[in-house]
Amino acid sequence: MLSIRPTATSPSSLTIPDLQWIINHREDRCTLCGKCTSVCPTEALYLAYRRQRMPKLDILKNKRGNEYRIFTGIRQRTDVGHRCIGCAMCAQVCPNEAIAPAPNPNDPRARFFFNERGEPQKRGGRKNSRESLLDRIIFNRISMLTDPALDAGRHEFEMNTLLGRILPPAEYLHRKATGAWIPPVREVFPFIIGSMSFGALSPNMWLGLLQGVAYCNEVLGIPVVMATGEGGCPPWVLKSPYLKYIILQIASGYFGWDEIIRAIPDMQCDPAAIEIKYGQGAKPGDGGLLMWFKVSKLIARLRGVPEGVDLPSPPVHQTLYSIEESVMKMIQTMSMAWGFRVPVYPKISGSTSAKSVLNNLVRNPYAAGLLIDGVDGGTGAAYNVSMDAMGHPIASNLRECYLELVAQGRQNEIPLFAAGGVGKNGNVTQNGLALIMLGASGVHIGKYIMQSASGCLGSERNRCNVCNLGICPKGITSQNPKIYRRLDPDQVAERVAETFMSIRTEMKKIMAPLGRSQSLPIGMSDAIGIDDSAAAEKLQIKYIC
Amino acid sequence: MCRLALKTASIPFSPYSVLQAMEAMQEGYDGSGLGLLLRGLKFTDYTYRKKDPVLSGIAHSEKALHRLNAFMQDKGFSKTYDHEFDVDFSRIEAKDRHKYFLRVYKVPAAWARYSQEKIDDELMLTRLALRKDGENHNSDLTVFSFWPDVAMIKEVGWPLGVGEALGLNDDRIMARVVMAQGRQNTNWGINLYACHPFFIQGIATMTNGENTAFVPIKDWLTGMHYPGYIGYQSDSEVFAHILHYVLRRLKLPLEAYKHVITPLKTEELKLHPQGDFLMGLRNVCRRFIIDGPNAVIGSLPDETCILVMDHKKLRPATIGGKPGEWAIASEMSGVDAMIPDRDRSLDFQPMRENMVIVPPTRQEFRICSQFDQLPPAQAA
Repeated sequence: MLSIRPTATSPSSLTIPDLQWIINHREDRCTLCGKCTSVCPTEALYLAYRRQRMPKLDILKNKRGNEYRIFTGIRQRTDVGHRCIGCAMCAQVCPNEAIAPAPNPNDPRARFFFNERGEPQKRGGRKNSRESLLDRIIFNRISMLTDPALDAGRHEFEMNTLLGRILPPAEYLHRKATGAWIPPVREVFPFIIGSMSFGALSPNMWLGLLQGVAYCNEVLGIPVVMATGEGGCPPWVLKSPYLKYIILQIASGYFGWDEIIRAIPDMQCDPAAIEIKYGQGAKPGDGGLLMWFKVSKLIARLRGVPEGVDLPSPPVHQTLYSIEESVMKMIQTMSMAWGFRVPVYPKISGSTSAKSVLNNLVRNPYAAGLLIDGVDGGTGAAYNVSMDAMGHPIASNLRECYLELVAQGRQNEIPLFAAGGVGKNGNVTQNGLALIMLGASGVHIGKYIMQSASGCLGSERNRCNVCNLGICPKGITSQNPKIYRRLDPDQVAERVAETFMSIRTEMKKIMAPLGRSQSLPIGMSDAIGIDDSAAAEKLQIKYIC
Repeated sequence: MCRLALKTASIPFSPYSVLQAMEAMQEGYDGSGLGLLLRGLKFTDYTYRKKDPVLSGIAHSEKALHRLNAFMQDKGFSKTYDHEFDVDFSRIEAKDRHKYFLRVYKVPAAWARYSQEKIDDELMLTRLALRKDGENHNSDLTVFSFWPDVAMIKEVGWPLGVGEALGLNDDRIMARVVMAQGRQNTNWGINLYACHPFFIQGIATMTNGENTAFVPIKDWLTGMHYPGYIGYQSDSEVFAHILHYVLRRLKLPLEAYKHVITPLKTEELKLHPQGDFLMGLRNVCRRFIIDGPNAVIGSLPDETCILVMDHKKLRPATIGGKPGEWAIASEMSGVDAMIPDRDRSLDFQPMRENMVIVPPTRQEFRICSQFDQLPPAQAA
C-alpha cells in the first residue's frame, strides 16, 4: 500500500511565486563561478546539488531505463529572512548574464509574513509609493512678449538662498547703528544634502559626500552644505576647515555630542549651522534608530557607546516639556556654544501642528529657520508602518506655514526649508523649485543624493531597502569594511559634483523662462500650476488642464 | 509696452508739451491711456500756496461729488480752489465721467499742532478713505493723489487726445515736473488705479516692462499691513511702495533704493567699503529684489527726479538735457522731443549699477554707482 504522507507545509511556507522578486537563472549560461551567491546580501541564492533523470533507450537491446545525473545549480531561498530583495547585485557580478531578479507581477503574499517572531517589518528607504504631487506641479508663467525670456546659458544667475534668522529691516538698521547683535546668516545653495548620520552611512560614503561638497564649494563655486544627521562627526572633520560646509545635527539621543563639544576649542571655523532634530518625515514621533548590525568599533567610539548594541534614540528630547521651553533651552544653548555666530534651527516632521511650532519660532529671536520633513522622507531604519502611514505630505504643510508667515509679513525672517520626497522619481530640480515657489527657502535631499551620487539601489517598489541591516550591497550604508570598500569615495565625490552642476543648470533652465535671475523665486506662486483642482485650491496656485 | 516721459525744468511749463513729446514715442504703445503727474504747480487763475494739499481724481457721478464734498467738509478741510478743466466730454472714450477734480484745500485748523509726519499720514489716510468710499459705491469715485503741490490725471484713450479733451493745452496749469505715461494696463483688466505713475505720500514712480518678481514683493508689502500699501492692480505699483519704504520708513538715503531693488553680488560686496552693511541690507530686504525687465522713473516731494534700471537692463531709458531742464524717457526719441536743443553727446543711459538723480537745483544730474560709498552721514 502506498503511504500518502501529508504535504510538508506550514502557515508561513512560501514558494517562489509568493515572493516579491523572482530570480531568473539560466542554467545554460551559468559557469558556476559562485560570484552571485557570494555577493547576495541576503544569501537568497545558494548552490544546490540536484539530480536529473536522463531517460535511456537502448534500441539494440530493446531495453528502456533511466540514468541519473548529479549537477550543481543556483536556487532561490523562499524563507522570509533570506528572500530576494531585488538589488540585482547578482546580475551586476555575473560574467555571463546568466542571472537577474525580476519583480513578481502577481500578488506576492510573502509580505504577510514580514512579522516573524512578532517583530513587524523594519527597513530603510521611504514610503513605498511612487506617487508624487510635486511631479505634477509645472511652471507656466512663461515670459515671452510682455517681457523677454532670459538666456539660461548667458545671463548671470543669483540662485543662493539664506539660512539664518533675518531681522525686519528697521530692526536691522537700528542694531547696526547701535552695534547690537545681528543674527548669523549663511548664503548657501538651496539644495542641501539632508541629514544622514555617520553611522547610517558608511565611512566611504561620508568621505565621498564631504569631498564632493568641498569640491562644489571650492572649485565649482556652488555653496553646497550637508547635514550630519544624529551621530556626531569624525573628529578630523570637526577640526578641519571643511566644517564650514557641515550642518551638525543634534537629536534626542545626543549621540556624538561629547566629541563635538570637546572639539570646539580646536575648531578652525564654525559649522554652517546646527540642526535640532525634533522629528523626521519618514518616522514621525520616533527617535533615530541605528540597529546593532551597524554599531561598529568606529561608530561606537564616535557615539560613546558599546559596540554591537541597538541605538534607538528617544522620541523626544529630554529637555522637552513644551515647545516654548525647548526652543528657548536648546536653540539658545546651541547658539551660545558657538558665541551666537552659528544659525540654529529645528527640524520637525510634517504635521498638522507644524504651524504652531512655526508661530513659536517666530517669537524666538534666535530661531534661524524651520525645516519641515514630509511623509515621503527617507530613513536608514524605521518600522514599515511609520514610513508608509505616518506623517504629512510636504507641499500643503509647507504652503500653509508659508502663507501664515505671509499673513504676518514675516516670510523673510524665518526661512522655511522643505524635505521629503524631493527628486523621488528623479525630477529633483523641478520638485525643489516647485517647493521654493510654494514658499520654501530651500530643500533638503537625502535619498536622491544616495541614488544619484552613490548608486543606491533602493526604490519605492521596495527594492533593496535594507539600509537598516548593514548589508547595503553598494556599501553606502554598511559599516562592514568588506562591503563598504566597494564604494570608492573619489567616485562618489565626482558624482556629487556632477549632480549639483546638473541641478544648477536645470535651475537656470526653469528660472530663465520665468524671467527670474536676480534672486531665488521664493513664493513666486503665480508661476506654478497643477492639474488637480483640489490641490490647486489647497495650495492657492493655478489649476491647469 | 508703456512709454514713459519725465521732464523737469526750473521754469514751469505746460504738461501738454510732454504729451506732444509722447507722440514721438508712439510706435510701441497702444495709446490706451494716459497717466500724468504734475509737481511744482502754477495756475494762471490762482496763486497757489505750496503747503496746501491738492486733491486729484474723478467723480463719476454727481452723487459721488456730493459725497466727496460732504466728506471733506466733515473732516474740516476747506476748499480754496477748484480747477475747472475745459472738458470736451465727446472726446473722452469713457462715458461715466462727471467731473475731473483738481482742488486745493486748506487743512483743518486742528492740524496746526500735528507733527509733519502725522500730517503726511493724515493726508494719505484721507486719500485712502475717499478711495475706499468710491470702491464701496460701485467705483463712482476715483482719487489719485492728495498731497501738496501734486496733481494727477489718469484716463483711458490716446494720450494727446486725452490731454486735448481735458484742455491741458490752454496753459492754465503749468508745472516744473511732469511725469507722463502712455498706456493703461492692458495686460490686465483696465482699471484707472492700475495706470502709472503710482503715488504714495509725495513719492511717485512709473515703470515700463513687466515685474516678474511681483507676487513675492506684493506679498511682503501687503503683510506689512501699512495702510498705503494696497492696490496692486498693476505689478509696477510696488516700485513706488518700495521707494516709499526705503525713504520714509527706513529713512535711508535715496541711493539705497538701488541697493535694495538690485543689490550687488556677494563677491562685489566683499570689495565694497560698506560691504558688510550692504550685505545685511540685501538680506533684510531680499523680498524687494526686482528681476525686471524694468526702467523705473520717479520723482520726490522736493522735485528730485530719479532713473534706475533693473540689473539686466532689458528696458533701457535715457536722460538728456541742459542745466535747468532735463528729460528722462523710455525712448531716445522722447528725450529729443522734450528737449531738442541740447548736447546729445551728453545723454546718458544708466548701467546696471547706476542711479541717475536730478536734484531740485537742476543744474546737472548725478550718476551714482552702487560701487561708491553711500552718503556717510546716513549709512549706518
